[in-house]
Amino acid sequence: MAEQKQVTFKKIAATKACKKLMADHFYELDEASRTGSRKIAWCTSVGPAELLRGMGFLVYFPENHGAMLGATRMSTDLIPYANAQGYSPDICSYLTSDVGSYIQKKSPLTKVYNIESVPKPDVLVFNTNQCRDVQDWFAWYARELKVPLVGVHTHRDIGAIGSVQIQDIGSQFEDMVPELEAVAGEKLDMDRFKEALAYSRRTSELWRACLESAGALPSPWTFFDATIHMGPAVVARGTKEAVDYYELLLPELQQRIKDGVAAVEGEKHRIYWEGMPIWGKLRPLSDQFASLKTCVVASTYCNSWIFDQLDPAAPFESMGRAYTELFIVRDEPFKERYITDCFEKYKFDGILFHDAKTCPNNSNNRYGMPERLSQKLGIPVLTINGDLCDLRCYSEEQAKTNIEAFIEQLEE
Amino acid sequence: MDSKLYAGVDIGASRTKVAILNGDKQLIGYSVRKSGTDFGKTADMGLVDSLKMAGAAGKNVAGCVSTGYGRNNVSFSQETKTEIGCHAKGCYHYFPMAMTIIDIGGQDNKIIKVDAKGRRINFKMNRKCAAGTGAFLEEMAMRLDIPLEEMDALARQSEEMVELGSYCTVFSGTEVLEKIRQGKTVAAIVKGLFYSVIKRVLEMDSLTDKVAMTGGVVAHNPYLIQMVEETTQKKILVPEHPQLTGAVGAALFAMEAQ
Repeated sequence: MAEQKQVTFKKIAATKACKKLMADHFYELDEASRTGSRKIAWCTSVGPAELLRGMGFLVYFPENHGAMLGATRMSTDLIPYANAQGYSPDICSYLTSDVGSYIQKKSPLTKVYNIESVPKPDVLVFNTNQCRDVQDWFAWYARELKVPLVGVHTHRDIGAIGSVQIQDIGSQFEDMVPELEAVAGEKLDMDRFKEALAYSRRTSELWRACLESAGALPSPWTFFDATIHMGPAVVARGTKEAVDYYELLLPELQQRIKDGVAAVEGEKHRIYWEGMPIWGKLRPLSDQFASLKTCVVASTYCNSWIFDQLDPAAPFESMGRAYTELFIVRDEPFKERYITDCFEKYKFDGILFHDAKTCPNNSNNRYGMPERLSQKLGIPVLTINGDLCDLRCYSEEQAKTNIEAFIEQLEE
Repeated sequence: MDSKLYAGVDIGASRTKVAILNGDKQLIGYSVRKSGTDFGKTADMGLVDSLKMAGAAGKNVAGCVSTGYGRNNVSFSQETKTEIGCHAKGCYHYFPMAMTIIDIGGQDNKIIKVDAKGRRINFKMNRKCAAGTGAFLEEMAMRLDIPLEEMDALARQSEEMVELGSYCTVFSGTEVLEKIRQGKTVAAIVKGLFYSVIKRVLEMDSLTDKVAMTGGVVAHNPYLIQMVEETTQKKILVPEHPQLTGAVGAALFAMEAQ
């Protein structure tokens, strides 16, 4: 009988520090939530964390919780409770997982950190640069918990970014200051704000360098590694801890390159992952690709936490630019150019598009892009159907066969 | 002549197919069985049957490759390949040219494109939904209370064809009930079901170069091929045993591996 190949992975030593940073983040929030020692702002993952830190808020990111619900495979059981409240199974499964988690009082934080529940917010701050769903998500909590809701409404499908968008978004950030100050009970400390911007900028530079290390042949790490190690860039953005973490991780990756250490032993093929991770299936997917001697070297997703336009010298304006220039906000021609640039940088042999059922905004296969890019770059593309959290939308056997067939095709 | 025998086993969602090739790549034995719940046992029985048909009962095969959903459950195979690879291989064996292959299986539809050298250049599988697959026709035959094997003759005899619009097997079932209520004939409904299968397949990808069709649905419903030809205005190539194409491809891989 043909045996399934067993796969072993080389551990990234920095993982221990990553886990500690994440644990400290949640314990600090939990302590503040229980004692009221600090104000807590909930913030969308690419919302204005730096501004909030400038007012002394601790910042909690529900999307991170959504990813944890997905990764622990709790989502599929919890989503129906949100559906029953009128939130469709077709909308963002971070939203429905998280609301279901709240309704059922079940959180992975309990299992992982022995924390009873997610921290209570004093204010909810969104940025629709991700999608409109984040607004509806936070609005649910605003009604449920009776906390103020403030947000930024981003322009969409932008080609070249002009001063109109930058000024508008910068002004929206500035306009939310008085309301946030009222909740914080203190004035915006410009020095602290600028310091957070500088840390974010530095974190972005380091995170970019970590991601770009995958351009090496063989790659020192995979997309699946990066989905874990991006945690500090998400939850600790704007802090020294995040900078410290990537100053630890980057040299390790660089050393691997120097030593010729491959994340996937005998790397034969390199793939680009376009779209959301399938959080509940990271391990089986990682195993499958490794057994096929294929390294998923890069993704748009992990690249989305690079904000290297942030500039402490022009706080609001640079935030306007940094939070608008993200891939997800841009038009199709920009996105195609972006992936083309990645093709040059990461030297991949094929692109896998993940069509996430509940995340149309981050499923870029739906308007013919795979076909256009395949023709332009001369490489094959594959689309698999799935979802970020809702595993009811994922046929594992079919996805596995598709991936295996795709790699077979690369070998012909 | 190479007197060795090569086996290909294709364990599909519905049927398990075994093909035995001789050293001249001729199909000399085969078997088609329900996959059932014990894939390994079904494959074993299929091998026995097909070797018997090949006049080689009890002989060992020199190599075996397995494919399909149950590809990892075959005790006597040395290697696995995906059904996409095996259908391309098998089809190119019969029609060595650049082509688009349409495979309609029990639970999967595939569109595979190969170049003039038989290399795969692209493939697409149906999304999660089973509409447009063999499972869809099985479900509808049950709803219409007709034997599956009578569908082809019924569709062929009907001048009329009902329109069925839904993507979904369950909703299509509701549409069928509506057509029955309207007094449409079963034959016209079956023809509409065939057309529904064709629509689901044709929306998966464009058809380039020559077009070949494989799979169990095609094997048992030749009228569907005629309907595809009428719809696409293209001549459709069909291997002699369309349901065995994947198993033949697997056996060819086994031969290459030796």
